[in-house]
Amino acid sequence: MNAVSEQAITAVSGPEAAVVVHALLQVLPAHCVLSRTEDTRPYECDGLSLYRSVPMAVVLPETEAQVQAVLKTCQRLNVPVVARGAGTGLSGGAMPHAQGVLLGLAKFNRIKHIDHAAAIAVVEPGVRNLAVSEAVSPFGLYYAPDPSSQIACSIGGNVAENSGGVHCLKYGLTVHNVLKVRMVSMSGEIIELGSLAPDSAGPELLSVFVGSEGMLGIVTEVTLRLTPKPALARVVMASFDDVEKASQAVAQIIAAGIIPAGLEMMDKQATQMVEPFVKAGYDTEAEAILLCESDGTVDEVADEIIRMQQVFEKAGATRLQVSQTESERLRFWAGRKNAFPAAGRVSPDYYCMDGTIPRRHLGRVLNAIKDMEKQFNMRCANVFHAGDGNLHPLILFNSNFPDEVRRAEDFGAAILELCVEVGGTITGEHGVGMEKINQMCVQFSREELDAFTAVKRAFDPDGLLNPEKVIPTLRRCAEYGKMHVHGGALAFPELPRF
Amino acid sequence: MDHVIAQLREQVLDAARQQHTILIEGGGTKNFYGNHALNSTDKAALSSSDKVALNSTDKAAPNTIDSGVPHMTSNSVALKLNALRGIINYQPTELVVTAWAGTPLQEVIDTLAASAQMLAFDPPAFGAQATLGGCVAAGLAGPGRYSGGPVKDYVLGTHMLTANGSILKFGGEVMKNVAGYDVSRLLVGSLGMFGPLTQVSVKVAPVPQEVCTLEFSLDEASALAICHSWRAQPLPISATAWQATEDTLGCLRVRLAGAGAALKTARLKMGGQVLPEAQALEYWTALREQKLSFFTTPTLWRLAVAPGTPVLNLGPTLIEWGGGQRWVASVLDATTVRRVAEQAGGHATLFRSLGDHTLPDQGVFHPLAAGVLDVVARLKQEFDPQGLFNPGRLVHGL
Repeated sequence: MNAVSEQAITAVSGPEAAVVVHALLQVLPAHCVLSRTEDTRPYECDGLSLYRSVPMAVVLPETEAQVQAVLKTCQRLNVPVVARGAGTGLSGGAMPHAQGVLLGLAKFNRIKHIDHAAAIAVVEPGVRNLAVSEAVSPFGLYYAPDPSSQIACSIGGNVAENSGGVHCLKYGLTVHNVLKVRMVSMSGEIIELGSLAPDSAGPELLSVFVGSEGMLGIVTEVTLRLTPKPALARVVMASFDDVEKASQAVAQIIAAGIIPAGLEMMDKQATQMVEPFVKAGYDTEAEAILLCESDGTVDEVADEIIRMQQVFEKAGATRLQVSQTESERLRFWAGRKNAFPAAGRVSPDYYCMDGTIPRRHLGRVLNAIKDMEKQFNMRCANVFHAGDGNLHPLILFNSNFPDEVRRAEDFGAAILELCVEVGGTITGEHGVGMEKINQMCVQFSREELDAFTAVKRAFDPDGLLNPEKVIPTLRRCAEYGKMHVHGGALAFPELPRF
Repeated sequence: MDHVIAQLREQVLDAARQQHTILIEGGGTKNFYGNHALNSTDKAALSSSDKVALNSTDKAAPNTIDSGVPHMTSNSVALKLNALRGIINYQPTELVVTAWAGTPLQEVIDTLAASAQMLAFDPPAFGAQATLGGCVAAGLAGPGRYSGGPVKDYVLGTHMLTANGSILKFGGEVMKNVAGYDVSRLLVGSLGMFGPLTQVSVKVAPVPQEVCTLEFSLDEASALAICHSWRAQPLPISATAWQATEDTLGCLRVRLAGAGAALKTARLKMGGQVLPEAQALEYWTALREQKLSFFTTPTLWRLAVAPGTPVLNLGPTLIEWGGGQRWVASVLDATTVRRVAEQAGGHATLFRSLGDHTLPDQGVFHPLAAGVLDVVARLKQEFDPQGLFNPGRLVHGL
């Protein structure tokens, strides 16, 4: 998303910041501390530039000991710390705290160890997602989670957000592919969660840590599970004259006992947006297209592709194309993976949502989004992980018109609330961050939000790691005015209403 | 089901008022598992188990009573969840089943099978009364975990009854959900230490098109080596098991599962003898349910170790999950077994013990590292400040 409005206060300059910077310079070399506004401003936002805030200081430590020292210092001074990987996140999770320190992990960029026989890689958090797959490719392995930003996003950020991608229907999310995390707690203690063994003793802390949006600890090392590369992958591209039919086809694929390597949908708005840019050969007349990938041995793929085609024909596909070569397969995917840049070409700004719904409601929700386009007088393209029910509506708008910004936000909020209403969630893989904090009030009860706060306290008793994100305060929920309603009872009965 | 929930809530609040601890029970098939467990049929175990109970239940002197729930003390009450029964939502195309925690595991498995689906983590039941909630709370997976992955990978949502009588809902029924912390997965294998599960949503998988079991006559070291060599290859292996045999060096059994074409290619590559289907099914079931004669050992350790771990020489061994899970009938002391497990990058659990075997001071599970223990202790304090639920069963002293 492009620049919109500056929401938060700029850095507080003055004695407080000076004290913090001075203390940081006691534990870090000077070149690892940035404190002048011209140096810290580049860090004011992540991939969601709608939310910005310049931190007091940016630190770029080079060793784990330096991370420990920074955290101990900040804890002593009671200064918030926000971690940042590559800054590609889409929910403002890495937006700095104006009275805090931004801890960048870009210098933790080494792949420390590859055990190809054990199919394991030990990496630092600043290593890019795609760099892992590239490094292990000679051994016939890859790292399965492949968010669209994989060329730039870092493993540490993936752990923070529990990132997915187009292949997670079959190969899982980050949480399924991380074996172990080494992290530093706010008090500076090194804690290892998980194990190279199939499990570890005690409660399952690693799964809570993955997807915790930098609020529980600072990752310094991640052990990844690698996946053997399949001998072959091919994609079926199916066109449908109706979004509902395409949605039904998704359910029918699952009903046939097939778990595709990827199962993605693009609506007409999306294919027409992408095709001139990527020239992937999409059917721009179809109301929706599905991209359905099969991988495995040569014979296995041949069999499965036939079964997929049969399902699509029965579901009323108007056109079927199967990739004949690897370059054709990659071309089919190129459009899907470049949907966001394409949106940037056709619209000054776009706003990407991330709700997940039960698959059976795909048709209903997509049609409702179409109606909302009229209601909010705004275009919305849908490019998404249909197999997981993970929607990515791209709301197109122009930030030069404040009214459009407001409508885009309202449109997005309406979509997320619909997702919750049909039994889904406000975020499938992008995280809550700053962006969806209000919708947390819709999805969870006060007591459930309290439980999240309890988890946060157990890891970070002083609440200094990435504070004010993910878990809305009682007050915020009251002001947002959209309460989680359970069993007809409001979640915040103790608060006065308007 | 509201009245059952209401009753459970009352029981919890009552126990809290009277300062009783609560022992959560589903079908009671895994009462042997965890700290201060006591096999009620084995009188010889009374003394040693009581010792552990004394160590970890600080509320009152232990006084084992015949309640059907082992390790009950006069100061604890049983919270039975088996009235919370029934599948709430199952639509095969959603790949998820939601059921009350007390639903018999077998009922879930049968329902899924009717739509050619299954629980990919292949959970052991250890008895017909096993429940879905118990399966998730114990977090135990069977032979199919080799390819299927652990229980935690499949738990999408949970409802939990808290110490103050509320029902909290975490996660849901969708495949991807990163709203808030993933507390559902935290509860997998927590043995009820944070509270009883009342409802669970679990991701399911299609039944593989074909299954085939291969046998290889190999000694332990060679079996480990060959399993390790398969690990990084795209082979459709769904389970492995090696054990010593009387007549030969040992037997490695490998179950393949997937598309017919993939199995054919793999068999050409791997070799081995095909085990007849009925015999194979019987074997994998007996292995999962620990009905093989190997499991009659009075002391059964479970070690989870890092890939590439060689022969450990701790005693008679049965190896699963490509070398990652080792069942050991060891007579060695806990300190030794644990040291070996740690050196192998893993941990050791005293899974079952009969007779007068002295239980380890720190409990049957591997002691936690200090930093981890601090976090776990704070989590327990947050969720169950009074220490009501299953005290000490998973983590000694918590």
